[in-house]
This record gives sequence, structure tokens and C-alpha cells, in this order.
Amino acid sequence: MWTPKKVYMDHVAGKPVDPRVMDAMLPFIREFYGNPSSIHSFGHEPRKALDEARAKIAKLINAERAESIIFTSGATESNNMAVKGVAYRNMDKGKHVIASSIEHMSVINPCKHLKTRGFDVTFLLVDKYGLVDLNSLERELREETVLVSIQYANGEIGTVQPVREISQIVHRKNAYLHVDATAANGQVPIDVQKDGIDLLTLSSNDMYGPKGVGALYIRSGVRIEPIIHGGGQERGLRSGTENVPSIVGFGKAAEIALNEMQAESERLSKLRDKLIKGLLESIPYAFLNGHPTNRLPDNAAVRFNFIEGESILLNLDMMGVAASSGSACTTKTLEPSHVLLATGLKHEEAHGSVLFTLGRQNTEDEVDYVVQIMPDIVKRLRAMSPLTPKELQVDV
Amino acid sequence: MYSEKVMEHFRNPRNMGEIQDADGVGTVGNPVCGDMMTIYIKVKDNRIEDIKFKTFGCGAAVATSSMITELAKGKILEEALKITRKDVADALEGLPPVKMHCSNLAADALKAAIEDYYKKQKGKVENQ
Repeated sequence: MWTPKKVYMDHVAGKPVDPRVMDAMLPFIREFYGNPSSIHSFGHEPRKALDEARAKIAKLINAERAESIIFTSGATESNNMAVKGVAYRNMDKGKHVIASSIEHMSVINPCKHLKTRGFDVTFLLVDKYGLVDLNSLERELREETVLVSIQYANGEIGTVQPVREISQIVHRKNAYLHVDATAANGQVPIDVQKDGIDLLTLSSNDMYGPKGVGALYIRSGVRIEPIIHGGGQERGLRSGTENVPSIVGFGKAAEIALNEMQAESERLSKLRDKLIKGLLESIPYAFLNGHPTNRLPDNAAVRFNFIEGESILLNLDMMGVAASSGSACTTKTLEPSHVLLATGLKHEEAHGSVLFTLGRQNTEDEVDYVVQIMPDIVKRLRAMSPLTPKELQVDV
Repeated sequence: MYSEKVMEHFRNPRNMGEIQDADGVGTVGNPVCGDMMTIYIKVKDNRIEDIKFKTFGCGAAVATSSMITELAKGKILEEALKITRKDVADALEGLPPVKMHCSNLAADALKAAIEDYYKKQKGKVENQ
């Protein structure tokens, strides 16, 4: 068996920075340390680089103008800004917000915060694949609804939402649509104008840029107020001296993603399908989480009955493979993933989930290796589990 | 995040399996929480002659199950009953704080198995 030293398949948790991105960033750490807001010559290069990065990111999502991109400290801040900023600025229209029940916590918790401030919040149910029910979206929209927040795709189960159809429904009721594209950006083509998106969350590290930087696209004309107040940078919408080296890296990452996305997504989709097929065919009582076809190219989310996710991850780690799990034992809250539970999985099913997320450096050999080692890991843990049915009991 | 001792027991669990004609069986936890373990004991002359476990759960759940079988094997029942959750965690060179409560169930499972043994013995006496 071909055995690698290390196989990294946890790209949803963190991605390596592309060497081309690093090269683009270095001059802005070494030489061009000036503040882009300065009037003197030290501010010129950083200002120019900031504008260029903004234009590259605007191009990736076909934004109508570069100024619609507001830089933030990452997807969590962008999501907070979209949800709270739009809600607080549009209270004259109403105090109702809608989000799907499988949003990232950086959307769900700002929505819960709004509840404590007198807002009404509706969390939309999803079907067993994680798709938002368009009929219930239509039913829940009211005259007072100011914002609907639905992710482009889910990082844990890979399901891609029908964003254009959602947009048409939301706009018929004159609400804004915020789309969290953290998991999707750089993997699927996003066109904010054709898709009908009013606000879009982008994350740098999810496109092989540095961590700690992200953006919020805000369509011109959208009424929003800042959540970080200060010196008035980013058109007054996000104060604080711009993180120039990281923003430059983010811009470079967006440029690379635009050029390479199509070929890379096709490559990853093939690896993903091979991995999923290999696991489901060689292991009994193994199932796919999320949608079978409308799913992100990098996402292979599977679950194995009768065993627990953290034990699977530790066994994989002993074999050099890094993955993640939706099991309670791997979360800070000791609750299984809210995403898996929302798709109707029982707690004990969610506990047995393993998430492989592929990336640029993964090869077919690595996929074959995981498919080869996984059956023995599952057998070993099932032999240990009191939940395993008799017919699956084997000596290991 | 786990100590080397925990990982060693996770990699090579001691006394894993079932005892078909066990004198006492104790199960604690449930799959909903993510941790469930069953301890089987064979008792001779008031002493734990053999002990095995089966566990569904995380690394800490497996390691504590394995460790309690080592701690309890050969002990007289009164002494085995005195083994606490803390004894198990200490023997494993500590557990991460979040795992101290949710996954450190092995001492409870052993108690349940010994109580089951006592109950069965009482039943036998009453039947005679």
C-alpha cells in the first residue's frame, strides 16, 4: 500500500496560504509599511495595493463597482456586520429577520442577539439534504422582514442552495438578501448581479489567502450601519487601519481563484466522488451527509453508524490523515453539529460523522489511501462498540 | 490534547470485549450523549477474576474503560467499589477538562456491574 507521511483533508478548518499569495504579501510587510490613509509618499504604495486588491475581489464576484467591497477581519465579522448592520439600519421598515437553521454560528448568534433587542427572528427548516424549503421561505416573509440570510453552500455537508430562486422570492417582498459564501468562495462561480445578492460574505483563507481577513460585498444602495466605529476607514462602514499585507494576499488569492477555479473544481469533484463512492461501497452502514449532487467540489461528508466521530478522527490521525467531525465530542459546546441535527439526523448518527474536505495539494493516491485504511478503522471501533449489531461483530 | 497515557490506552485497549457468562454487567451513558459503556465482570471468592468492556465514544471514553479494567482486575469487590472517577483520570495522567464529566464514566460502569452482581447473588440466595 502507498503510504504518505501526512494527508491533510481538513481544508474547511484551515487552508495553506498559496506561495504566490505569500510572495505578493511580503513587500507589504518588509518595505511598504505606511498607512494607506497617509498623505505623504509612504502611504502611496499601500493605498494603490488596497485599491488593486479591492478590484480583484470585485471581479471575482462580478460586483458592479470595487467600492462595494468592504474589508473586514474575516467571515465572522462580515456576517455580524451584515446581520446586525442591516437590521439596526432598517428598523423603520420592520424588525423581522429570517435565516436558515444551518447557517454558521456567526449568522445564527447575531440573529439570537437581535432577538434580545426586540427583533423577531425566523430560522427556516431544511430538508434531509440541507436544502432550504422555498415554500416556507415564501410563507415566512412579511412586510416587516428586512433581511434574509442564507449561505451559498454549507461547509459541513457541502449542500449548495438555489441562491437565484431564493433571491427572487426575497426581493418580491422587498427584503435584502445576505449570502454567506465562506465555504463556497473560490470553489463555485458567484455573480452577485446575476444571482441577485445584496450582501455577500467572503473569506480570504478559504481561497488560500491569509487568515484574519475577509470582506463584505454591499450592493450600492443597501442601507446598512457600521458595527465598528472609529476613524472612518472603508467609507465609514468599517473603521480601523486596513490590514494591508493580508488584504494584498486576499486580492492575490481572489485573482488566482478566478483563473484556476474551473479546472480545480472539476479535479476536486472527481476526487470527492471517488472518495465518497469508495467509502460507501466498502463499509456497511455508511451514509452520505448532504446533497448527492448539489454539493461543493471539496466536500465528502460521511457518517458511520454505531461508532463515534472523535475516535474515528484519532484513528485517522494515527494513520497520518487529518479530517474533522460533527460529533459532540469534538465541539466546544459538547452538542452535536446543529447542521447535522437540522437535516434530521439523530444524535447518535451525528456523532458518527466524519468530514473530509479536499484541497489543491490532495492527490488521487491520497484519496485511495483513505479509502484503503477506513474500513479497518471502522471495523476496529465497531468491534469495541456495544451498539454494533451481532452480524457486524468480527474479531480484530 | 490527550496525554500520552490516554493515547496509549486508546491505541491498545486492555480487556476489550464481552464475557458471555458474566456474573455482573453494568451499562452507563447513552448513545444520544455520545458516550456509552458496558463493563462485564466475572467474580470468584469475592474477587474480580476477569473484566471486559465495550464502549461507544470518544478517545477519553475508550481510555477510561480500558484503564478501569486494569485498576479493578484482581481486586476484592469492596476495594473495586472504592475506585473513583478521579482515580481513573489520575491513572491516565489527566483528562482534558471538558472530558472529565462527559466521558469519564468508567468508574460508574464498574459500580453498576458490581451492583448487578450483588443483585444476582441475592436472587440466587432467595431462590435456594
